[in-house]
Amino acid sequence: MSYIQNQFERNIVTTSVDYVFNWARQSSLWPLTFGLACCAIEMIAASTSRFDIARFGAEVFRPSPRQSDLMIVAGTVTLKMAPVLKRIWDQMPEPKWCISMGACSSVGGPFNTYGVLQGVDKIVPVDVYVTGCPPRPENLFYALLKLQEKIDTTPNLVKRPTEVRLEESMLDQFKQQIRIAQIQNPV
Amino acid sequence: MDIPAQIQPLVKGHMEALGELTVEVAAEDLVAACQVLKAQHKFVRLSTVTAVDRFPAEPRFEVVYHLYSIEHNQRLRLKCHVGGEAPEVDSVTGVWQGANWYEREVFDLFGIRFRNHPNLTRIMMPEDWQGHPLRKDYPVNGFK
Repeated sequence: MSYIQNQFERNIVTTSVDYVFNWARQSSLWPLTFGLACCAIEMIAASTSRFDIARFGAEVFRPSPRQSDLMIVAGTVTLKMAPVLKRIWDQMPEPKWCISMGACSSVGGPFNTYGVLQGVDKIVPVDVYVTGCPPRPENLFYALLKLQEKIDTTPNLVKRPTEVRLEESMLDQFKQQIRIAQIQNPV
Repeated sequence: MDIPAQIQPLVKGHMEALGELTVEVAAEDLVAACQVLKAQHKFVRLSTVTAVDRFPAEPRFEVVYHLYSIEHNQRLRLKCHVGGEAPEVDSVTGVWQGANWYEREVFDLFGIRFRNHPNLTRIMMPEDWQGHPLRKDYPVNGFK
């Protein structure tokens, strides 16, 4: 850098591709409007003037996955909703990020039941997990800052690996469990 | 509230608690009783259809109908017992159209089939789901 610096006019700045791209991406995250349960209420509260998610450049909640680059999974993911969530995630253009907001979407929360997915990271890759039930807006902002830190350190000329941990055996095991339970007499 | 006279021959048992009357009829007489109650006692509204699983007991299921008469401001709880490997009861969609989704829900979660139902498919669980989650012999826990 130092060799070509000061070789041009004063209004030319030299920088790196990574720095500019990451700066642009982290400073204007567009979240997807995607609320599933009570965490969504906190997410909505985060966008109001009292908490003001616009301070972090992430206030543009988009109703279309094609226009957004951040999915905040706010709430309980049921098995019936899981394919929909996966499809919405697939419709989002790269680069995209995912925040798992709250206990339910992170690990299933209190709902260790037949109908609830035990952690959204089984179907989509999660960048930041937020604790809380539901998390306060400040907690979501902390996750947002953490995500911005993560984006800041991402190398751009290398493609970001999209790692999906989908356990194919999960549903089979559960079906087997049902079959066993129907044969035996639990009383 | 007294038991309506027209369904008196169909009644197998009754109970009154907290001013609410519960009437039990045989599963075969259910639709006949409902028709009489709607036509002659103005029970025009079917509030809900639900079921109870008394698992080790046989017959295993109670199907419960909550009726409401707007004209007389009266409520009535109607019950019938069904059991066996494939529990079946007649659909009351012919009497109240609104029973359609209630009966689908009971079928989805308890596995009780309703004869003559126009569209008896799952309503809450995914279409390819196996088993009926609100049965007592269904696993309580999910999967980790």
